[in-house]
Amino acid sequence: MSDFLILIPAFNEAGSIRWVIEEAKRVLNNPPIFVVDDCSQDATVAEARLGGARVLSLPHHLGLGGCLQAGYRLAYELGYQYVVRMDGDGQMDPASVNTILAELKSSGHQMVIGSRYLAKSSPYSSALRHAGIVFFRMVLRPILGKPVHDPTSGFVGVNREALEVFSRSFPLEYPEIEALVVLRRGAFHFTEVPCTMRPRRSGTSTITALKSIYYILHVLLGVLVNILKFDRKLWRR
Amino acid sequence: MSRLLLFTSLGSCILILMVLQSLRRAHIRVEYSISWLAAGFGLLMLSRWESGLVWLSKVLGVTYPPAALLGVGVGILMLMLYRVSMVVSELKDNNIALAQKVAILEYRLQSLPDNEKVG
Repeated sequence: MSDFLILIPAFNEAGSIRWVIEEAKRVLNNPPIFVVDDCSQDATVAEARLGGARVLSLPHHLGLGGCLQAGYRLAYELGYQYVVRMDGDGQMDPASVNTILAELKSSGHQMVIGSRYLAKSSPYSSALRHAGIVFFRMVLRPILGKPVHDPTSGFVGVNREALEVFSRSFPLEYPEIEALVVLRRGAFHFTEVPCTMRPRRSGTSTITALKSIYYILHVLLGVLVNILKFDRKLWRR
Repeated sequence: MSRLLLFTSLGSCILILMVLQSLRRAHIRVEYSISWLAAGFGLLMLSRWESGLVWLSKVLGVTYPPAALLGVGVGILMLMLYRVSMVVSELKDNNIALAQKVAILEYRLQSLPDNEKVG
């Protein structure tokens, strides 16, 4: 049995999911791939099964955080050591999964983030998104005690320790940034490795211009709430 | 003022009867009915006991006593709505955990060999 699995949270990704799964299987020597379907209204489930993935189907729409947590819970119950999350839109190059896994194993850190800003080629993201990322880098720097270049990256590998924490406590709706703070609360560590991102194959970003203000406020409040839950002793460690 | 107070008492009585009726038909849980009953009886008491209302309006610094009654009513509503938000949040959290559990159990059931499935 493989010691890692690839987790793909999917919501209406029928246009790209099968291609993403087939590419990952080809590049990574047929790893177990789990698609968590957040109650899609299109053919996502059928396409994922055709691609050869195992599908965890949620009975109703939970949002990205709840969807991911379901996958983390299942991975934890099934005893996997490492979980790498990818998106179903084809932006992530599966070859980078090996980089993330190698870093997880060699560093012993609980989380490894595939960062588009550490790679040399220019990332595909809008000016607005970039401004948001710069803002969150500033906010997160003192909280995490080290810089994070791509806090909103969805290309994230975690080990079993982080899996255990996430299966109990995981932020809902916009999880990436808050998840970093949740891990820090447990005095866990993360590193970043460079990853190249490609243009998405189908679908649109979950974060539109109109929603971005709400997104920023929501995440800021979530970060604040998580700081309030910090255990002082763990924090100093 | 007396006419307003009359309507307020009438309203409180209707509220109390409504809650009691819902309780009888099990349309509301006892734990959530208590705050509504307390609110109903509180408003009824204030609208019938005029010197008490005048005293309260003096304490609150309101020159028109019925306004104090409305103020108390608004305060009660805010508290109860907040409580509803808390209950909804808890239900939502439980609901998410339940949905995840159902999905995981369904997945594991599907991966069982057919002869081990029940039913």
